[in-house]
Amino acid sequence: MAYHRYDAVIVGAGGAGLMAAIQLAGKANIAVVSKLYPTRSHTGAAQGGISAALGNVEEDHWEWHMYDTVKGGDYLVDQDAAEVLAREAIDAVLELEHMGLPFNRTPDGRIDQRRFGGHSRNFGEGPVRRACYAADRTGHMIIQTLYQQGIKHNVNFFDEHHLVDILFTDDGECCGVVTYELKTGELHIIHAKTVLIASGGYGRVFKITSNALAGTGDGIALAYRHGVPLMDMEFYQFHPTGLYKLGILVSEAARGEGGVVRNSEGEAFAARYAPTMKDLAPRDMMSRFIHQEIREGRGIDGKDYVLLDVSHLPPEVIDEKLPDVTDFARVYLGVEPKKEGIPIQPTAHYAMGGLPTNVEGQVIADPAGSVVPGFYSAGEAACVSVHGANRLGTNSLVDLVVFGRRAGKQMYRDIQEKDFAPLPANPEERAREEIETLLGRDKGERVADIRKTMQEVMMDDVSVVRTESGLREAQATIRQLKNAYCNAAIMDRGRVYNSDLTEALELGCMLDLAETIVRGCIERTESRGAHYREDYQQRDDKNWLAHSMIYRTPDGGMRSDKKPIVITTFEPKERKY
Amino acid sequence: MEVTLRIKRYNPESDAKAHFEEYRVDVEGTDRVLDALNQVKWYQDGTLTYRRSCAHGICGSDAMRINGRNRLACKVLMQDLGKRVTLEPLMGFKVEKDLLVDMEKFFDAYKSIKPYLIADDAPSHGERRQSPEQRHRFDDTTKCILCAACTTSCPITWTNDEWVGPAAVVNAHRFIFDSRDQGAAERLRILNRGDSGVWRCRTIFNCTDACPRDIKVTEAIEQVKRALIYDQV
Repeated sequence: MAYHRYDAVIVGAGGAGLMAAIQLAGKANIAVVSKLYPTRSHTGAAQGGISAALGNVEEDHWEWHMYDTVKGGDYLVDQDAAEVLAREAIDAVLELEHMGLPFNRTPDGRIDQRRFGGHSRNFGEGPVRRACYAADRTGHMIIQTLYQQGIKHNVNFFDEHHLVDILFTDDGECCGVVTYELKTGELHIIHAKTVLIASGGYGRVFKITSNALAGTGDGIALAYRHGVPLMDMEFYQFHPTGLYKLGILVSEAARGEGGVVRNSEGEAFAARYAPTMKDLAPRDMMSRFIHQEIREGRGIDGKDYVLLDVSHLPPEVIDEKLPDVTDFARVYLGVEPKKEGIPIQPTAHYAMGGLPTNVEGQVIADPAGSVVPGFYSAGEAACVSVHGANRLGTNSLVDLVVFGRRAGKQMYRDIQEKDFAPLPANPEERAREEIETLLGRDKGERVADIRKTMQEVMMDDVSVVRTESGLREAQATIRQLKNAYCNAAIMDRGRVYNSDLTEALELGCMLDLAETIVRGCIERTESRGAHYREDYQQRDDKNWLAHSMIYRTPDGGMRSDKKPIVITTFEPKERKY
Repeated sequence: MEVTLRIKRYNPESDAKAHFEEYRVDVEGTDRVLDALNQVKWYQDGTLTYRRSCAHGICGSDAMRINGRNRLACKVLMQDLGKRVTLEPLMGFKVEKDLLVDMEKFFDAYKSIKPYLIADDAPSHGERRQSPEQRHRFDDTTKCILCAACTTSCPITWTNDEWVGPAAVVNAHRFIFDSRDQGAAERLRILNRGDSGVWRCRTIFNCTDACPRDIKVTEAIEQVKRALIYDQV
């Protein structure tokens, strides 16, 4: 066992974690922990763009961006946070350019911008070009640029360290983490004044997902086990255009550049549902339109997919602006997008919910906003909440850089003022016991079987359209799976790179999260944003204009609560596109 | 279809040396090699070890030798490989376990060429200007995902520990030809060194063949060489 001491430990080396690290580098003693190599982080898979009201190609204002964010989130967004997001996006994007990010350029040499779903001019009048982009690999450029800055600033990276516990004092102050070094199987205690969870989302809870295999929500689940609440877990975004059966993302930029989605009759049906924004309606709506078309028998060949058509775009636009996504269609489906439609279906994409934080990235413990001392979160792991019930395209990248930066700055203030809190006695005990139990069990349930059943039931009953009966079934199944997990057995008993073990640990985290998602879905008896209840089809502002919070109780059960949302500027209205 | 995977295995905790083991898997033609590996790991032998994450050719985790060629396991479909598929770890780096190699040397080489923008002229407001043509100049090398497929396909890497390798040169190129960067001279000096620099390159094109992002790696290396000879950036 190894012991380390740092002013700050950042868990997750994606956009949010690295952005925070860069604020602290050179000023504080910090460590960045990743279960991968940093450039493997899922930020790198983001494609289409990062929005900021630069107004480089047409008139735009951050107030319009804020409005779109609030409306896109079906008014569940905290508007103070949305204001921060939209205002600071401008500086954040410029900061990325200053760091060297190679954005595409306008003829006069400025950062180019393009259209994206739900982003509008003048409070909903029509699409606006707000998404700054680098071909269709904007996330790749962000992760590369931020990692490069990390190297430049000599950040200490703990690569291939798997988070196995978060440490708190008896008073609830966060004081470090425990990691499992993949290469050696050794446990590391990292004692810290401040801890940032920037470990990303948990799309792997679902069968069809755009998320990396590493997207298992470890940081969120471990915090939850220590009594930290989770917020808005019922809001999980299904991106309308995932490659059929594979779930691999085909960026909204394809529609931003002029692509349309067609049913078996060749109809570009989005215009029928959303006359103003058409194919650039927000993702929750597009996913439901597709679901509806398929249900009414207009899927291709009667199957559960439709076609994304970019064949009418000039070939040079496809090559210059959409090279990667069209390549995915060629490689994985054998389809030539310049000539034919790309088979697509909704794919589990993004968690709006997560660890509740204030706008400084500090995790909060209750509806009143009491801060958990020393404990931070940013990025997809966190819920600020700027995405509310449905995130707009490009806003995840904005969220990463804006709130990763804010969290880093607040951590720095915190580090100046506080001392190290004492570690609990035997800090690694809980993690060690969990690991030794898995390594020691001779036979039992197979991890892959439990995981597959979980992913299927979450896809069948907890995805685009939900009902009470389906959710109850899912709840019962997840309970059985949690019991089965208590007897899970693995085959690899070694210490060196035991990914059999870490996959089991990840499954344990995902089961906890699946349980909270289902609970949130059952309780929220309305439809809002990405949460669509067929048995409660209307939005119910009277009872549900509020965040949900779920706590784990000491006996392993769950307790739920509501937290009021913050409305500063835009009164909730019916959401039309 | 039924396919036999012939996988080179090595467990440092129990094996004196590497050996092949065979596994039969039932796959769809459109399954990725990674899907076949997962099938083995999840349902036959949990000890099989490899890196993977995004599963669609973006994160760069799962480069390996597939029927003798460096490829990403998530970007090659089973239908393109035949009934017997041989999977081995990348060559030139120490094998840690099965298909997983030590990447430290690779990242050290990457860091040695100063892979970050060197510029002290950020404007106080707004972005630096760069024309689409200037931006296009280094577009190809911005695609690198640091998977190491190129560097470990290079025969020079196999025999020369000093050589920074194609990936490091690609990333140097990305900055040397960026109109905003001021560190070209520094990087070129590093790449002009005898044992480690670009002159070790023998223009074999293995790297270009191996790149899963279709980067013209050899061309990028040649452009760096020309920059050194003709002082052209």
